[in-house]
Amino acid sequence: MGEENKVILHGVWASPFSKRVELALKLKGIPFEYVEEDLQNKSPQLLRCNPVHKKIPVLVHNGKPIAESLVILEYIDETWKNSPRLLPKDPYKRAKVRFWTSFVQQQLFDTMFTVTKTEGEAQRKAVKEVSEKLQVLEEGIKELFPNGNPCIDSQNIGLLDIVILSLLGPHKVQEEVLGIKIIDPEKTPLIFAWLTAINQLTVVKEATPPHDKLVALLKFLRENSLKSSA
Amino acid sequence: MAVVKLFGAWTSPYFYRVIWALKLKGIPYECIEEDLLNKSPLLLQYNPVHKKIPVLVHDGKPICESTIIPQYIEEIWPQPSLLPSDPYERAMARFWIKFADDKLILLALSPSISKMYRASGEEQEKAVKYILEMLETMEDHGLIGGKKFFGGDKISMVDMAFGAVAHWLGVIEDAAGLKIFEAHKFPRLQSWIQNFKEVPIIKENLTDRDKMFALLKRRREMLLASK
Repeated sequence: MGEENKVILHGVWASPFSKRVELALKLKGIPFEYVEEDLQNKSPQLLRCNPVHKKIPVLVHNGKPIAESLVILEYIDETWKNSPRLLPKDPYKRAKVRFWTSFVQQQLFDTMFTVTKTEGEAQRKAVKEVSEKLQVLEEGIKELFPNGNPCIDSQNIGLLDIVILSLLGPHKVQEEVLGIKIIDPEKTPLIFAWLTAINQLTVVKEATPPHDKLVALLKFLRENSLKSSA
Repeated sequence: MAVVKLFGAWTSPYFYRVIWALKLKGIPYECIEEDLLNKSPLLLQYNPVHKKIPVLVHDGKPICESTIIPQYIEEIWPQPSLLPSDPYERAMARFWIKFADDKLILLALSPSISKMYRASGEEQEKAVKYILEMLETMEDHGLIGGKKFFGGDKISMVDMAFGAVAHWLGVIEDAAGLKIFEAHKFPRLQSWIQNFKEVPIIKENLTDRDKMFALLKRRREMLLASK
């Protein structure tokens, strides 16, 4: 890889936000250098590249840094125009994709974190909220999959698919660790089929850490949270 | 029948983001004022998920969210442009728009604004601190280089995203009896506010200050009385 088009991704393997960018780069076949950051000891490059938030992921393209995973994804799509296109061409369809991406990001992410990090009444409340939000999403994506069958492949996968994957792709891991059903194929058949389809892509499988590693990670994060709130 | 309809509420800086985009591009539209305590069936039909304003309806198709609508407008009516054409500059614009969206929640007339109204106390201090941090970041990182606007010489979606700081913040400060923004502490921001409000379309399209002050004062009194 020459100096022309040099791409570096500062990320953390356990972060869903980092995973989104990694996946987008791999799906588009963009060669990049990956720098695993230690969040307890962030590199000077990271702090220089994202002085406002000091967070990952940060993409550095030809020396110029971009922060915020969704901003990075749109940048990738506008800079490398090969397939898969992460956003549709039609402005109304783009608005729809951005709307549901925003919904998943703002309505589901934090509530899912609460589910994984709490227990008892707080967890029950959060689980109920996730369930309600998933019903809204199930209704909403019907117009994105009009024949009721999400056929996702490496050529048509897009922004919303990547974002939903980053949150709920590992739902089986979440269900195993928490002992709670998150994606019920009877309550949300479309979402279940959608996630199954995305999880089957080769690029996605290769980018997903092994099941046991993810289970161990989630257990660790959950125990830490419960301990610190006790 | 109007091709473009906009549902909004006069108090909302999010509503104004869309008004500015439409007017700067010279797009005619029909404005439908919503009573946020008594939302119309039409609004609920167009935005069933969030039931919020603003909602743009173009040829019968609804588009929601005050950061998504301007991007849609930009894509359908590209001139004059409100986003840079260079992908990297666009990414920088989107970064700041997201920042504005995340941080300005305290200045929207939502329940969280009541934190500013507490006569004393931790909640108000926290809210003030939060806003100060936002202003400092805008000053130190967003406006470096003595730029006229966030994107350079021309007004863009980023400036419009920060509209609440240019106009709404002052009214909220007055109603709450607080002084958060001090011009001498934020010289770049002060310049930006002046530049922003001098753009004719912006100047002519700002929510009535006195009307809003009266509303916020009333709300504050109700809040303090109910404690």
